[in-house]
Amino acid sequence: MSGGDYLAAAYLVVLLVILVYVVIIGLKLARLDRDLSALVELARRRIEAPASMQEEQREQEEREESRVG
Amino acid sequence: MERGADPRPARRAVDPLVAVPVLAVTLLGTAVGLVFFFAPVDADQGISQKIFYIHVPCALTAYACFAWGAWKAYLHLWKRTPGADMESYVAIHQGVIFGALTLLTGSIWAKASWGHWWVWSSRQLVLFLVLFLFYAAYFMLRFSIDPGPARANLSAVYAIFGVALIPVSFLAIRLAEDFVHPVVFKRSGPAMTGSMFLTFCVAWAGILALAAAFYHVELAGKRLDSRVRELRGLLR
Repeated sequence: MSGGDYLAAAYLVVLLVILVYVVIIGLKLARLDRDLSALVELARRRIEAPASMQEEQREQEEREESRVG
Repeated sequence: MERGADPRPARRAVDPLVAVPVLAVTLLGTAVGLVFFFAPVDADQGISQKIFYIHVPCALTAYACFAWGAWKAYLHLWKRTPGADMESYVAIHQGVIFGALTLLTGSIWAKASWGHWWVWSSRQLVLFLVLFLFYAAYFMLRFSIDPGPARANLSAVYAIFGVALIPVSFLAIRLAEDFVHPVVFKRSGPAMTGSMFLTFCVAWAGILALAAAFYHVELAGKRLDSRVRELRGLLR
């Protein structure tokens, strides 16, 4: 190997390590994105659940009123 | 908090998550241009001497990261600064990355210059390896303890002890008697031409900015991760 080959190898090693680091950070960000999406979905269900329960209760009350009436 | 107030922390005028990577890319691009088109070829070692512009900045950046990690560890132990433990951990992580790059590029340069990948008789090389392994063991210690104050305190003490190895490693090159590893920075000044020194300074600034960019990105990721965990705990 010539001096130029060693020079290229040294700079390529640095570039490779930087790229590997960027890929690892990218994978971690993708995992965080998935976790956050799951949490948003969970929070949305929590908000929607009481509203649907209230609606069901109202419908039941209306049914009972019409039966009495 | 007032009703309707934005709960997010106030945004700074210059976001380091954007500014520092932009600075790093600019400086590294300039440094690569200077290395290949401006700095002269060394009369003694030939073109392989240009490894110097990446090897030495990586080593100095590793020292800076370890010192920054020790400073943050001090802030955690004595001042109880919130988040200092995480910052110390991320700085040491960066130090280990740049330490590994120093060993890899140094090994390639050694093969090109001396004909060997590694020389065990060189105190400078062995002491840098000891420093690198010491900080690599930091992660073993940290992850062998459950998260909490005990882990943060022990990690901080370890990080502060490790910083004592930095001057030893740095001065070993001057104390070494083998004369295998070259001494570039002497009391009389840098033993290189002005164009070489300028290229070195730009390359070092670029590598420092790259380490700072990695530091801010990784720290932001860790903070985001801890907030997601907190949110998960609140929603359960």
